[in-house]
Amino acid sequence: MSTLDIKGLQVSVATEAGFTEILRGVDLTIKSGETHAIMGPNGSGKSTLAYSIAGHPKYTITGGTVTLDGADVLAMSVDQRARAGLFLAMQYPVEVPGVSVTNFLRTAATAIRGEAPKVRTWVGEVKEAMKALNMDTNFAERNVNEGFSGGEKKRHEILQLELLKPKFAILDETDSGLDVDALRIVSEGVNRVKGNSDLGIMLITHYTRILRYIKPDFVHVFAAGKIVEEGGPELADKLEEKGYAEYTTA
Amino acid sequence: MSTLTTNYLAPTGREEAWRFTPLARVGGLLDASTAIESVASLRITNAQPQIKLTVKSAEDLPAISKSDDLATIRAREVISEVTHIEVAANAQLTEPLIMERSGLSGKPQASRTLISCGVNSHSTIILNNTGDAILADEIEFDLAPGSNLTFISLQEWSAKAVHLGRQHAVISKDATFNSIVITVGGSLVRLLPTVEYSGPGSSADLQGLYFATDGQHLEHRLHVNHNVPNAKSRVNYKGALAGDKAHTVWIGDVYIRANAEGTDTYELNRNLLLSDGARADSVPNLEIETGEIVGAGHASTTGRFDDEQLFYLSSRGISAEIARRLVIRGFFAEIVGKIKNEEIENRLMDRIDSELDKVEA
Repeated sequence: MSTLDIKGLQVSVATEAGFTEILRGVDLTIKSGETHAIMGPNGSGKSTLAYSIAGHPKYTITGGTVTLDGADVLAMSVDQRARAGLFLAMQYPVEVPGVSVTNFLRTAATAIRGEAPKVRTWVGEVKEAMKALNMDTNFAERNVNEGFSGGEKKRHEILQLELLKPKFAILDETDSGLDVDALRIVSEGVNRVKGNSDLGIMLITHYTRILRYIKPDFVHVFAAGKIVEEGGPELADKLEEKGYAEYTTA
Repeated sequence: MSTLTTNYLAPTGREEAWRFTPLARVGGLLDASTAIESVASLRITNAQPQIKLTVKSAEDLPAISKSDDLATIRAREVISEVTHIEVAANAQLTEPLIMERSGLSGKPQASRTLISCGVNSHSTIILNNTGDAILADEIEFDLAPGSNLTFISLQEWSAKAVHLGRQHAVISKDATFNSIVITVGGSLVRLLPTVEYSGPGSSADLQGLYFATDGQHLEHRLHVNHNVPNAKSRVNYKGALAGDKAHTVWIGDVYIRANAEGTDTYELNRNLLLSDGARADSVPNLEIETGEIVGAGHASTTGRFDDEQLFYLSSRGISAEIARRLVIRGFFAEIVGKIKNEEIENRLMDRIDSELDKVEA
């Protein structure tokens, strides 16, 4: 059982006009096996929360703590955070020309597991995970995210989730840009990982659509840089009906 | 050698062909008053019965092509002996011929070589350039009908070496010329991989990679002259730059003459900037005199290994150092893999790693 604990997290970004505060004290605790949906309007800071936890250099932490089983996540480098068990499925995965998916996955797995995976079992493992995500085998020979469609990028993120087996996954708008079929395949992938492990999930989304496939245990409404309401799955139904208006006009 | 009988005029640096080159660093090779020694510089390390090497007098073996390159013109003036490598007609080499060029004097020298590939021969020749050099070098390739040559030149010179070179292929009917140019060493390397055709159905595939670090000037000027119908050319050069004042130049000139109907050509140059203070010049140029062609295209990109790529790889547990290596190795693997010689491929990748170590240190 692991715990990802976010307390009073405050984050700013540098702009031409100086520092702008985006997160204004976020409190959130996620335990292994739990799925937390973070829902909120555009510009509320949901993605900033995701990237700050992963350690993107653009964001400056000005207050609060993030700990993983008591270890100070904010003191870790980006790669250390990943090795500690955090995984961020990005909304806009980055193209890395010249690096094949095969090479990338193997290098990442080696880094996360602390030793190179055995060639024989690894190849089978990758093939099986790709098949489950409906990915063509020639996908492995392509360069990371280069020329991928929106759906392919998201599948590739979930493929990594399956292979790297983190303790906690932050899924940043994984549903954006996906058609119904792709959404189902990607969601099934997330559920499969969860079914096979004790994965804790922070599911960031604007729409309730993905929650039909990935059932949250908790729903948090995010507005103006902090969590403004919390509840169970029924809160998502309310948002579906009434939208975010009551949180943004305050 | 006399400087009185020549029409040679040293470049000033204002010429289009020389505007990128640091002429102060060419070691006197372009200066009409410098004493340049003629040297037969190539040595075969694994003799093969179907390949003959002889050294002939320059009068007996004149150049097979014209050149307006001043370094080549200067070299031809002083050359007294020419190395002739002949691949026998119908020879089918299973192993590559390996040639070494090392132990040059480090004073101005000039070398000229003709590699003749007999009718329907099939061969691979690898040339390793190592050590010190101030060398003006010309290698011509005469590909007889139906012949197929893969020529791999590795510029792994010492850090102070100067190499001005021309590699010119004349490709006749149904012949194929594959060139792989790898330039990682030297202070100043300026190479002209150039191609002309003498019969239809001929093909050229010109691949290259260069990796310039602190202060290195690595220049590759390609020229493909589609002067016959139904010939094909592919150009793919990739370069990486790291460190202060690393400078690379890539020029890709492709001409499709009025009679060159059915031409199929594509050229590509990609550069990867790994640090500030490095500069990559890339100039593709396509001139088309007939529209009756299969295809013609070119592309040039210069990109950075940027913070977003680093973040993406790091967020998967990969350290910054390994991330950088992954990107560079991946970038070069496409070209290096075409060498198809494990020992050389490993050596090159090791060299690229050690260059990176130096940049990071």
